[in-house]
Amino acid sequence: MRIEARGLVVRFGARPALAGVDCALVSGELTGLIGPNGAGKTTLLRVIAGLQRVDAGQTRYDGRSAAELGRAALARRVAYLAQSGFSHWPLRVDHVVALGRLPHRRPFSPPSVADRAAVEAALAAAEVVELRDRPIGTLSGGERARALLARALAVEADMLLADEPVAALDPLHQLRAMALLRAAARKGAGVVAVLHDLTLATRFCDRLIVLAEGRVVADGPPSALTDAVLAETYGVTALRGERDGEPFVIPWRAVGPGLRD
Amino acid sequence: MRACAADAEVGYAPLVAALAALALAAALASVMIGYARLDVPAALADAFAGRSSAAAVVLEQIRLPRAALGALVGFSLGLSGAALQGLLRNPLADPGVIGVSGGAAFGAVVVFYSGLAGVFALAMPLGGVAGAIVAALLLYALVGRGAGTMTLILAGVTVNSFAGALTALALNLSPNPYAAYEIMFWLMGSLADRSLPQLWLALPLTVVGWGLLLTSAPALDALTLGEDTASSLGFDLGRLRAQLVAGAALAVGAAVAVTGAIGFVGLVAPHLLRPLVGNRPGRLLLVSGLGGAIMLLVADIVVRLIPVHPELKLGVATALIGAPLLYGLIDRMRREA
Repeated sequence: MRIEARGLVVRFGARPALAGVDCALVSGELTGLIGPNGAGKTTLLRVIAGLQRVDAGQTRYDGRSAAELGRAALARRVAYLAQSGFSHWPLRVDHVVALGRLPHRRPFSPPSVADRAAVEAALAAAEVVELRDRPIGTLSGGERARALLARALAVEADMLLADEPVAALDPLHQLRAMALLRAAARKGAGVVAVLHDLTLATRFCDRLIVLAEGRVVADGPPSALTDAVLAETYGVTALRGERDGEPFVIPWRAVGPGLRD
Repeated sequence: MRACAADAEVGYAPLVAALAALALAAALASVMIGYARLDVPAALADAFAGRSSAAAVVLEQIRLPRAALGALVGFSLGLSGAALQGLLRNPLADPGVIGVSGGAAFGAVVVFYSGLAGVFALAMPLGGVAGAIVAALLLYALVGRGAGTMTLILAGVTVNSFAGALTALALNLSPNPYAAYEIMFWLMGSLADRSLPQLWLALPLTVVGWGLLLTSAPALDALTLGEDTASSLGFDLGRLRAQLVAGAALAVGAAVAVTGAIGFVGLVAPHLLRPLVGNRPGRLLLVSGLGGAIMLLVADIVVRLIPVHPELKLGVATALIGAPLLYGLIDRMRREA
């Protein structure tokens, strides 16, 4: 699947959250959507998921608009994982994950074999099998984040849009979740993840899109995140390295005046 | 988030079957119990044979319509309460929160006050239905398509308060104390002296309302994870809000129009039963409807067994039974949390 966004403009009041964004997202790639707070990452993700009206611009899914594709088809092909998600009612974890199958199910018919298999696979992939009977309200923040990731995986969409999927996770589960997203991309799905951890982003992503003030300032392989881009967008310098063929970046110092870190 | 007893969940089909059996039993008990002694089998035999004996008339014109209306109204209240709690994701929501019951009550009061009530028997319930529809349209004009959940709650509370104020105004301006007295009593809700015409008026509206509410189950399940997630799963939330407001307006509007305002059933029934369906809002709908029917039928039996005259009003009884139930439930939730 190929999603193409052209000239996206979104304004909240007078302030533009997106000020003319062009980008293309393709299956088989793990794309990191990065940028400082307020850069427009969540807004861009919501536009692509079909959840946010735009003031200008358009999004095409394999050349078709969301309206041409239809709500149900879009829901089957594009999955969305909200930032710091939660559950309003304390459902069991496996019931939460099964909600990801709603786009595939006919209303009021029991889940199919494929539905059950997708739920089991998602529970296993997100490592929440042993939590399946627990009410989601009794989980820790990181466990809950994994359960909700499993819910998004259960959709088995062509494109997974995940807003900060690893922010609440401990280091072990951050590494495992990033590896999982990369593996999903290797298997053919497109994955777009909003990330704040530049080390994880540069190490695991095939491609990085850097947003700042509602514009794309860099788009390319992790090497596109140059010192100049880091200084301009984040106001930081970074250490760089490579291990086992994987490049990484560690944010190190603030650029310019102010407290030395 | 409230702690919950996930292990309280039971099989869905057995639960529905058990509640349906209980509702049927309560309806049968409601037919058996009344002020006059009634030989039900004999009355049934007469009714089927087409003999209009006194017993058959009591059964056909009084007992059966009263039990059927009790089940109908209780189901509407329990179902609407569960649907609105699911839509608004707020355990405090009940049919009153969107202003429909207040509108229905005011519509009926206007008819009573204008003297139309004396012209034909169904004038008051028709006025109630009209009031519910006006309230729902008013809500819609204020909210419009695509407005958020918070706007819907605020608009509903506004419409409900306004309808309540207008009802109070009608009482305030009442030409004679007896009229005010009658209105007040009617507002407390009752199934007494309702017969077949009221049942036939309420039934079609109610059934359409139930259809709209029950088919929202998958969307309400999806809404558990918030509006963005529900939209991303393919549900049109603007349509869902319209569907549920219309469904509740028809089901509850018809109920209030026929029986007067009956509180607490729509609030308590979903709460009591939610743990038994693993907190799943979609599965709660039918279950809560059945629970509401049982609650109302039992309350209506209680008011006829308590030797108080005039008869204790049903709305008073449901609040007297419902409030301690809810209090105990909240206390248990607090201790589990």
